[in-house]
Amino acid sequence: MSQNHQMSADQASVLKRIEAIESVMSAQGMEPAAAVEKARHTADEMWVPANGAKMVAKAWTDPAYRSRLLADGKAAAAELGFDMPPHHRFLVALENTPNLHNVIVCTLCSCTAFSIIGLPPDWYKDLEYRARAVRESRTVLKEMGLDLPATTEIKVWDTTTDTRYMVIPHQPPETIGWPEDKLASIVTKESMIGVERLMGS
Amino acid sequence: MDGIHDLGGRQGFGTVRYGRDAAVFHEEWERKANALYGLAVRHGVFNMDEYRHAIERMSPRHYMSASYYERTLTSLATLLVEKGLVTREELEKLAGGTFPLSGPITPGRSNAADRQPFKAGDKVRVRNDFFGGHIRLPAYIRGKQGIVVRETPAYPFPDAHAHGIHAADEPTYDVAFKTEDLWPNASDSATVHVGVFQSYLLTA
Repeated sequence: MSQNHQMSADQASVLKRIEAIESVMSAQGMEPAAAVEKARHTADEMWVPANGAKMVAKAWTDPAYRSRLLADGKAAAAELGFDMPPHHRFLVALENTPNLHNVIVCTLCSCTAFSIIGLPPDWYKDLEYRARAVRESRTVLKEMGLDLPATTEIKVWDTTTDTRYMVIPHQPPETIGWPEDKLASIVTKESMIGVERLMGS
Repeated sequence: MDGIHDLGGRQGFGTVRYGRDAAVFHEEWERKANALYGLAVRHGVFNMDEYRHAIERMSPRHYMSASYYERTLTSLATLLVEKGLVTREELEKLAGGTFPLSGPITPGRSNAADRQPFKAGDKVRVRNDFFGGHIRLPAYIRGKQGIVVRETPAYPFPDAHAHGIHAADEPTYDVAFKTEDLWPNASDSATVHVGVFQSYLLTA
């Protein structure tokens, strides 16, 4: 059989293909069913954008934490109990200001700091975003609803190694003085990827 | 490899299909694909560079038409076959139909023998380097000049690590490129930061 993909009538569905893989891994004693349940818990309960949101809110209210986050994001995440996989050796926190906007992409695949900002959404992994974000950042952001002033400089971060990135969104001025948990509630996954700014900012 | 996965700067793509609060998984099999490749990595069947490279080795036609998690399951199945845990015939029998897999792997390579350290502020040029295996050098920076912003941690050299040969950890650098240098007169003005392995860089 050719290695090349042919859409043939006798091609097994993705469902049948994943079941076949599951059966192979089961025969190898890898206990795939348990792994799927464990991953469900991890994806839904542990690798959630609320982790990054807490880090952002703390950075907004605690200058010493902000400095630590900017110096070593992985250590600052661990301080709040948020782990990263061992192969993610470094987390870089990128601070947005009124004059500087940071946005993250992975042109080669789909890399993100998923344990901190949540697993990436479809649009992040899609061909369009990966092709265009590096070359047409201002246009793409505008199409996605973020019309940045011409005076705002843009930095695009292409995740080509296992060093991972998160954006610290600019704190909306009207939220200064809010308690940390209320601040965390306004921080979105999209703002930590850098495709939106939070209200008023 | 100059594969279809290397999308940065490619033209002709339309609007990003963007929605806020998008679901990460849509169907149960997608969760399975995601969980099972992670399980195989934890069991040491393959590493992340091998996983990424097996996705890159999908035929362009399949890559472009497959959903994200179909790419995941294709890589996983390809590596289970290549690592000898199952044959393609057994997989197809289990699946009850044909099972498209990725194309064959080509030889890897070791860290560049003449690589040298850089420091913040150094002007660097990305090697005009064409390598048919796994490489974490997006084509849009190949041969281009940038500035080292800082050194970032050492990681296993992907060009070796994806190919089962000894992959020494080597430093990576945050290198800043101007879009005006990458795509003169044909891009939005911005700075693009790329994590670049030491082996891919020369003094400018």
